[in-house]
Amino acid sequence: MKMSTRNESGATVVSVKGKVDTVTAPEFGKYLNEQISKNQNSLIVNMAELYYMTSAGLREILGAGKELKDKGHEILLAGLQDNIRDVFQISGFASLFKIFDTEKSALEQV
Amino acid sequence: MTVCLLLQIKLPATLENLAAFIEPVKSCAEKQGFSQKKILQIELATEEILVNIVNYAYQDHPGYVQIRCSVDDDKRFGIEFEDTGIPFDVLSLDTPDVTAGISERQFGGLGVFFVRKLMDDVRYYRKGDKNILKISMSGSAET
Repeated sequence: MKMSTRNESGATVVSVKGKVDTVTAPEFGKYLNEQISKNQNSLIVNMAELYYMTSAGLREILGAGKELKDKGHEILLAGLQDNIRDVFQISGFASLFKIFDTEKSALEQV
Repeated sequence: MTVCLLLQIKLPATLENLAAFIEPVKSCAEKQGFSQKKILQIELATEEILVNIVNYAYQDHPGYVQIRCSVDDDKRFGIEFEDTGIPFDVLSLDTPDVTAGISERQFGGLGVFFVRKLMDDVRYYRKGDKNILKISMSGSAET
């Protein structure tokens, strides 16, 4: 798993690549929380190069989403590959979060 | 019905051993000709079940997990998980409310829910002092 962050106007963009599984999910969650405390705006998670996510990863996304909601912001998800999109559909997370085909279309919404 | 055993691994139930279980299961599924999508689903289901066993089966002493992969005449690929931890039927867990809003949404229960949704069949039974969970995915022809 690799993560990086960019600041765009109106949003913080976190790109996550590789696998968010049982072992890497806590680090992913910690990283999201750091970005949320540092930047007082909405968060876009670019998942274009993420190919695997377990329920542990979804729990971190949910935690970040709850935290942002409390602060009056939101989490937007972009570029989900098919199998990640399936996981979001099955868990009902697809209706909890705004999901965009690309990071660009997510940025246009913030 | 003939069932052919493809793989058997028995290791201590620890998070450190996750990859040592999952990687051989993946190669085994690949050899059966499953699509990449189904292999990812098998990988995800395998990981969610193992994590449950590692986290909950052995409360006061270390224990093991044994997995067996097999294929039958109908090309049905099965993975059986065995542990001797506390008796626990994961299928008895309540289904998470997948329609709850973000503030109400609970954190737990998703892993087992995934397993039930992604695999074609999931069965639990007790055999002596063992918990046996068997999951299966139907043949590679219909990927």
